[in-house]
Amino acid sequence: MERKKDNSAIKELIVPVTAVFIGLVLGGILMTLTGVNAIEGYKALIMGCFGRLEYVSETIVYTTPLIFTGLAIALGFRCGLFNIGCEGQYIVGLIGAAVVGAMDLGLPTFIHLPLTMLSGMACGAIWASVPGLLKAKFGIHEVVNSIMMNYIALYLSHYLVNGPIKDPGITSPYSREILDTAKLWRFFGQNSPIRVNSGIIIAIAAALFVYYLLFKTTIGYQIRAVGFNPEAARYGGISVPTNIVAAMFISGALAGLAGAVQIMGIQFKFLDIFAFQGYGLDGIAVALVGKSHPLGVLPSALLFGILQRGSQTMQMLAGVPKETIGIMQGVIIIIVAAEGIIKGWLPIRKILGTDKKAAGKEVGRA
Amino acid sequence: MSEIDATISPGQVILEMKGITKAFPGIVANSDVDFDLKKGEIHCLLGENGAGKSTLMKILYGLYKQDKGEVFYKGEPLVVNGPADTLRQGIGMVHQHFMLIKPLTVAENLVLGNEPTKYGFLIDKKKAKAELMEISTTFGLAIEPDAKIMDISVGMQQRVEILKALHRGAEVLILDEPTAVLTPQETKELFVIMRKLVHDGKSIIFISHKLKEVMEISDRVTVINHGRIIGSVKTSETSPSQLANMMVGREVELIVHKEPAKPGKEKFRAEGLVAENDRGLPALRGIDLSVRAGEILGVCGVDGNGQTELVQCITGMRRLSAGKVTLNGKDITNMPPKRCFEAGIVHVPEDRQKHGLVLDFTVAENMILQTYNKKPFSRGITLRWDEIKSYARRIISEFDVRTPDEDTKAGSLSGGNQQKAILARELSRTPELIVVAQPTRGLDVGAIEYIHKRLVSERDSGRAVLLVSLELDEIMSLSDRIAVIYEGRIMGTMDIEDATEETLGLMMAGSMPASHKGVM
Repeated sequence: MERKKDNSAIKELIVPVTAVFIGLVLGGILMTLTGVNAIEGYKALIMGCFGRLEYVSETIVYTTPLIFTGLAIALGFRCGLFNIGCEGQYIVGLIGAAVVGAMDLGLPTFIHLPLTMLSGMACGAIWASVPGLLKAKFGIHEVVNSIMMNYIALYLSHYLVNGPIKDPGITSPYSREILDTAKLWRFFGQNSPIRVNSGIIIAIAAALFVYYLLFKTTIGYQIRAVGFNPEAARYGGISVPTNIVAAMFISGALAGLAGAVQIMGIQFKFLDIFAFQGYGLDGIAVALVGKSHPLGVLPSALLFGILQRGSQTMQMLAGVPKETIGIMQGVIIIIVAAEGIIKGWLPIRKILGTDKKAAGKEVGRA
Repeated sequence: MSEIDATISPGQVILEMKGITKAFPGIVANSDVDFDLKKGEIHCLLGENGAGKSTLMKILYGLYKQDKGEVFYKGEPLVVNGPADTLRQGIGMVHQHFMLIKPLTVAENLVLGNEPTKYGFLIDKKKAKAELMEISTTFGLAIEPDAKIMDISVGMQQRVEILKALHRGAEVLILDEPTAVLTPQETKELFVIMRKLVHDGKSIIFISHKLKEVMEISDRVTVINHGRIIGSVKTSETSPSQLANMMVGREVELIVHKEPAKPGKEKFRAEGLVAENDRGLPALRGIDLSVRAGEILGVCGVDGNGQTELVQCITGMRRLSAGKVTLNGKDITNMPPKRCFEAGIVHVPEDRQKHGLVLDFTVAENMILQTYNKKPFSRGITLRWDEIKSYARRIISEFDVRTPDEDTKAGSLSGGNQQKAILARELSRTPELIVVAQPTRGLDVGAIEYIHKRLVSERDSGRAVLLVSLELDEIMSLSDRIAVIYEGRIMGTMDIEDATEETLGLMMAGSMPASHKGVM
């Protein structure tokens, strides 16, 4: 019998990679149909993302929050939870960081900066714990609750930025700028237009942390056991409600961290938002394509970062409608989500060189 | 159809499946399978769970489409579009889980989907009843037409299913593990019915993994294993051990050899257990049990009489509304599962895939389901994979769990090996009381042999074993004492020497045999 270990990573990658490939081909066909040279279109995509230092920087800036929200949703998935509330947790994360970051407490950077970040995380975590508790205690489905929490966050933020936390010095609904002690380090200078900052490092560290948490600790073991089979977890003495709340809490903290990093590295203040910004929802796609694996989330977030950033330059440089990218994203997500069907079509065993019959025998369940 | 019918006389092949191959992603469920059924015979399809019996029958019944191969019915290629069509052509199936509507009456269920109507839209109940009476007299299957399904016994429900198939003109009946839900007496009645049906010219495919029943009722046996036909033999020319041999591919011991028990002091006691089932209805109505060190107490009964709830209450998975559970004199009533196993109870659950294993976890991960946060498997919150894996490797080899390695997903093991993996995990935790529920359900004879031996050796090393099983044979061959459960009460407890299949069967059906009055 072959050892599966060696193949498992490749096996996991086959579907997402195929999905991206099909998405790109389909995008090319769409461009051709709409009268655009597909090669020019993709050139614009690549150039727009990597053509200049600023562009690379912007791609990373787009990618960073997607890593956090992708991780948040992936962690939820691992516990069998669909934390569709990342959008709202992101918003409260923005607010939490904007408020604490703007507090002039005379703190040094090494205290003020982590405190600001923690504040954003805590807000997200608490926001996510509400649907978590409702699910654990009363069995109310987290999707419904967290969507409602999204709206509460959105309108609460309207109220706050137009009132209590509004910067009185200006007319626009902005909060006060955070202090320098709460700002993340921009690699090319604090006032440089090249906005890439240490947020990306925090994001990568977060991915490593989630990986460690999920696969190397007893907490992750419990979360995954509950996610795969709550009945067996209960049988094994693992508390299902506790882990549901814990997973929502950590997931919310990650989504809140997305907001905090956005404030501390990019925006420096809370700007009133009128509609959801989509990081939370795109995080679902990121987690799906990343197969809910923290290390899969990294390339997956980069992919979506590129597509989003690229969709703008494609429109500008090659006249490709932005919607083309939207369709490509949709195709990729559908293919990955329909993995079971796709795997039946793909000659995976041939690719990996394993004999179908031998595998059939080994599995032997009908 | 009757024209063709006339051409097939008893003993001629009525149904033939040739070269059937069916693959699912990753699994070849049937590989070049040939199967035939003669008119007026009972042909048993024998094999362990997952051997490919169900797939083959689902192809025949029109639920699956084969990749390769052909089916001939009465000499003509059989082309069906789904189960309803199959039934129209004369092939009926009685599923293991009945397809009946519980609040409706027997007569209403009989005509379901084919209702006689008045004025074009009202159901003609009188006619339905008449149709039922007619068919039940024809085949001598007595039944109460106005009884609601939920009020009649499982054996009767099965009878309704058979009548349903006959009512639609079934010539060929497929019975999928029909005895799994029956008491011994009901099984006997079913066999009488089956004999009568074949006498009247019907043909029956009997799916089973119970050798004793196969030997008793069938005319021919076809053994299937790993999706392939191992062989087809006349029942009169074979023996249980030969069949077991064919099923497993090696010699197996069908009888459990054990010395008389040498019970020690009482380990476990349950007094007056009262609990509800998932639907909030009373499931346990005052259960008293005790198990001593070095003995196996078997709890037998028909499915659904409180066994599941009893096991769950003892192992902390269900709350008792009254009663007391003690282990070694220590009160463990209503403790959560964690505290129960910390006190020394191990539990081999009846549903190994739902409770026993996390199928998407690796075998190694499953081996620490209760002990992941104990030394040496973790330090602080960090899991120590080296320790976990070497422990898993050790108990995998000790319990002979057949798996490529400890990193294989538990879900890809066969049923028998999943069960061995659970046993390995549970018995390695030096238990005080071993609670095993349905330990061999759906397993092949080889795995059953191993598990039985293992349980006896645990008993011999002085552990207390509480065995709950629906298989009367298993109870009778393993137990030192037997308790019969009926409607949430213990009808009586007896030593194995005093137990006969007849007495147990009667008690399982709720009547107390005269000779055992007052045995409690």
